[in-house]
Amino acid sequence: MAEIGVGHYLAVASILFTFGVVGIFLNRKNVIIILMSVELMLLAVNINFVAFSTHLNDMVGQIFAMFVLTVAAAEAAIGLAILVIYFRNRGTIAVEDIDMLKG
Amino acid sequence: MTIEAFAFYLFAAVTVVSGLMVIVSRNPVHCVLYLILAFFSAGGLFVLMGAEFLAMILVIVYVGAVAVLFLFVVMMLDIDFAQLRAGYAQYLPFGLVLGGVLALQLALVGFNWETGSGAKRLGSTPTPSDTTNTEAIGQVLYTEYFFAFHSAALILLVAMIGAVVLTLRDRDGVKRQNVTAQNTRTARDAIEVVSVDTGEGI
Repeated sequence: MAEIGVGHYLAVASILFTFGVVGIFLNRKNVIIILMSVELMLLAVNINFVAFSTHLNDMVGQIFAMFVLTVAAAEAAIGLAILVIYFRNRGTIAVEDIDMLKG
Repeated sequence: MTIEAFAFYLFAAVTVVSGLMVIVSRNPVHCVLYLILAFFSAGGLFVLMGAEFLAMILVIVYVGAVAVLFLFVVMMLDIDFAQLRAGYAQYLPFGLVLGGVLALQLALVGFNWETGSGAKRLGSTPTPSDTTNTEAIGQVLYTEYFFAFHSAALILLVAMIGAVVLTLRDRDGVKRQNVTAQNTRTARDAIEVVSVDTGEGI
């Protein structure tokens, strides 16, 4: 068993990122699960940042991971707020019904 | 197997399996709970990497705020999830092909890279060896990334106000306290002194 290095963490992060992308395609009708998949992808990105930060002995990766976390939290709050008012107006959150803007 | 390797494989397996369950679970509430589990075990991975502060932030922000927000929305909206689930099998092959291509690309990159010879030397803010992780982050964040830090605070403020403004609604027929009307009311408006004759009503 090899020693746990940066490659192991990168492997976990890439598997998680792939799951996030596949999740968007599998649940393309359900906005809530699409948002959750986006959160998974951001988590994978954060794992990458921290892995390289500790591997290269540079603090910047961890700082940037914190900013990614901030933006992810803001994005989740706004996305869910939009979801709530959309459901209040239309009574559904199916993605294919979100077509009021089409010409 | 060392204890570190054992911990890594444990956390990594839990993270990956719960990440998979997030996207294949039938019940959205289970999806959110698996998401929370994935965040927790990713926090464990962060601790193993030596980023304790980010691990705690991950647990507090993601598990404590974001995932609970998801849970609220899933439970609050009365959605027919079975109808949203229809066509799942139809999208499965395309999703799997796309995921396979992406995984292949990531694997091609992942197995063929090496750290450049000067990379460790070129780091702009080397991790100090004599301080804790939290102190090291603070020393960088509040000096070199001060403006970025404040921009992050502004982003959070905008998101907070935006979420409140978006979801606020005025309902008709709700009786509310009118503070201005109460405060501008004078004794002359409120009370009338009537002289009543004895034995008669008003």
